Amino acid sequence: MKPLTTEQIRAVIARGKLKDNIFKVMGIFCLSLALVVIVALIADMVIKGSERFTVDFFLNFASRHANKAGILSAWVGSLLVMFVTALAAVPLGVAAGLYLEEYAKRNWITNIIEINISNLAAVPSIVYGLLALGIFVYQFGFGQSILSAGLTLALLILPIIIVSTREAIRAIPAMIREGSMAVGATRWQTCRYHIIPYAMPGILTGVIIGLARAIGETAPIITIGALTFIAFLPPAPFSELGDGGTAGLFDWVMAPFTVMPIQIFNWTSRPDPAFEVNAAAAGFVLMAMVLSMNAVAIYLRYKMRKNIKW
Amino acid sequence: MQIQETPALKAEARNLNFFYGENKALKNINMPIYDKKVTALIGPSGCGKSTYLRSFNRMHDLYPGNRYEGEIRFFPDNTNLLSADVDPIEVRMRIGMVFQKPNPFPKSIFENVAYGLRVRGENNRRVLDDKVEHALKGAAIWDEVKDRLSELASNLSGGQQQRLCIARALATDPELLLFDEPTSALDPIATGAIEELVHELKKRVTILIVTHNMQQAARVSDYTAYMFLGEMIEFGKTDEIFIKPQDKRTEDYITGRMG
Amino acid sequence: MSANNTTDLSQVSNRLAYNAMRNWKEKLIEAILLGAAAISVLTTIGIVYVLVSESVHFFSNVSIVDFLTDTQWTPLFDDAHFGIMVLISGTLVSSAVALLVAVPMGTIIAIYLSEFADSRVREISKPILELLGGIPTIVFGYFALLVVTPILQYFFPTLPGFSLLSAGLVMGIMIVPYIASLSEDAMRAVPMSMREGAYAMGSTKLYTAIHVVVPAAISGLAASYILAISRAVGETMILAVAAGMQPNLTWNPAEPAATITSYIVQVALGDLPHGSIGYQTIFAAGLTLLLITLVFNILGQWLRAKYRENY
Repeated sequence: MKPLTTEQIRAVIARGKLKDNIFKVMGIFCLSLALVVIVALIADMVIKGSERFTVDFFLNFASRHANKAGILSAWVGSLLVMFVTALAAVPLGVAAGLYLEEYAKRNWITNIIEINISNLAAVPSIVYGLLALGIFVYQFGFGQSILSAGLTLALLILPIIIVSTREAIRAIPAMIREGSMAVGATRWQTCRYHIIPYAMPGILTGVIIGLARAIGETAPIITIGALTFIAFLPPAPFSELGDGGTAGLFDWVMAPFTVMPIQIFNWTSRPDPAFEVNAAAAGFVLMAMVLSMNAVAIYLRYKMRKNIKW
Repeated sequence: MQIQETPALKAEARNLNFFYGENKALKNINMPIYDKKVTALIGPSGCGKSTYLRSFNRMHDLYPGNRYEGEIRFFPDNTNLLSADVDPIEVRMRIGMVFQKPNPFPKSIFENVAYGLRVRGENNRRVLDDKVEHALKGAAIWDEVKDRLSELASNLSGGQQQRLCIARALATDPELLLFDEPTSALDPIATGAIEELVHELKKRVTILIVTHNMQQAARVSDYTAYMFLGEMIEFGKTDEIFIKPQDKRTEDYITGRMG
Repeated sequence: MSANNTTDLSQVSNRLAYNAMRNWKEKLIEAILLGAAAISVLTTIGIVYVLVSESVHFFSNVSIVDFLTDTQWTPLFDDAHFGIMVLISGTLVSSAVALLVAVPMGTIIAIYLSEFADSRVREISKPILELLGGIPTIVFGYFALLVVTPILQYFFPTLPGFSLLSAGLVMGIMIVPYIASLSEDAMRAVPMSMREGAYAMGSTKLYTAIHVVVPAAISGLAASYILAISRAVGETMILAVAAGMQPNLTWNPAEPAATITSYIVQVALGDLPHGSIGYQTIFAAGLTLLLITLVFNILGQWLRAKYRENY
């Protein structure tokens, strides 16, 4: 074979570069498609839902009349469920992450726990709903309550919080631990006064991302039997009940409820197009909640990367 | 005694400066590379010898913020390799390179060697077979791998991998072959095999080799350049550099007083 | 003098003595933390227990052969049929549509970000992708039903209002960020020396990416595709909203059909008594779903072990 002439080599290079450029266009196209979808989604909901962006929409209960229906019970329900979720998932997740990074010995128990956590992340969310239906709703008798929903979502986001806690702890250099141990601190004192505070921003990021995921989850909550049409709020602590009694501090936990995603689902699946407007407006409110939580998390992480220098 | 003839030039650095961003890494380097000879670059770590070597095939163009000044003239056609209108890809097709750590591609032994030919658009199986065999023989590894050409290259030992990488570079008949400390990750026996190979290869191709090991430079090279802090301190025939260096700094380095 | 010295020494040795109280507290804390970590194992056990025990009840009423071979799914009719293939077909068709969108798009984005884009483009793109991945699926469902379906109907007037196609397309977009981000991580983990080797041979960027970087990162790419399959198979709300919920044994994406997940939603929305056969069907369906994702995950782990990178 004779060697290629300069002209032939240049032709080969030119072809290669053309392919490079075609690919670049494809890459930018795919990326912009992602952006276009986000923009189209938000724009569509803003435009369609604009007539519902009133104070009444936030203060009205669900109704048979689209223009009178609001999201009061839905957003209150979402906040209460998130409260329960955070209360359960944050201590558990941080404790589990702390255990796996700082305490766990390399043995089969640790291995099983680790394999478990990574496998749980791949379990479809609706399966968590079935778990909760069998265990929380019937076995434990929590019923179709805020408590059941909050615990379900807590289990769902536990892997997210554990993983981010572990990553945050792993980023702390060993010299911090050694320094603390060297002055006579116990392992727990080291964790409490050094590891947890230093890992806090990373843990917080994980918690926010987890909660953002939980607040948008629909399937597991529908599965445990959340109602789609609720025209009352859970009883506030010590408020008067209809039967003349007074609500206890935690009565709201056992109350039936609805949440934002379920309200949207309900309105989306109604044949009357007037409810599309409500679905769009409620969808926008939910998006705003989720995206602002994510944005906070992304910002936190960005700041963390910039500020922390060990 | 025979009258000494100056060999033909293959390349020549002229007033070469190089910058990593603001940081000037090469300072006004002038140096010839003679055709079909082995030229060794020695000097303490961080002296700029790898930076200099990587200028020849424009590897610095892969990263943003790098800048060349001056020229590297390439002969016989007298092109300035660093000129803005010379395509780095074309430069790399003419100049082969072997790296510090063996870096075979995640492909079969055969496909590793055929890689450069395929890049050039050659897909004729007969031509590929022929060229791959020739290159593997040239890199003195044919006998070891001829029965396992379809195995993954990563199954080979470190020394074999490095000879495979040499075969990969040879397959496309480069005019100049750059070696960037090719034996620093290898054991003494594998190192010996590579050094022998370099000696053999200079019949076919011009070689520029960076080494951190002075004995290696003395063993394999015809010419040696000593670099220090981005400057070319001394260049000359290897015997002369090692026996009677002209510059105090070269002498300090060679005698082990420095570096 | 000497007496003083003795007391001093004994105090010192007392303080350094093994402190049973402190040690007990440390052990307690460790046990509590271990308990928290064990919750994840309990979750798995709980899932398996619930699905299997309810399914056992179910299969005492319905034979497994019927379950796997029947071509109708009518558990709530008088003439009840329990052919899970009906639901599996909807699940597989919608997942296939989603993957046909997500795998090429996600891979192209990953290659572009890892091999072509400069750091500024990458820093802007990654948060955008993350935001896309964070959008609640119910919102995607809304988008599929009320935005994408009408657009598709404009081009294909025969497309029904509910279809696997439109749900699958939107599901694909939803999955893109997962593939893009995991694949990009895998490709960026490929050592620079390997790329340099390819560039030194005169390859162009795309040639290097396809012939060197992608093969080197193949197990990471495979893992991202497997995760994508799990997401698609387990996705619920987009399908419940946009694909219709009537059981339909079909391989045609242009038809409406129920999936395993949307069937569970449909039953949960109704008011089935605890312990009835209808109630048990959702656990049998859930077990099927879990087994399908399990198969893909094992496949993924096997692939990863087979093509483990050793740089």
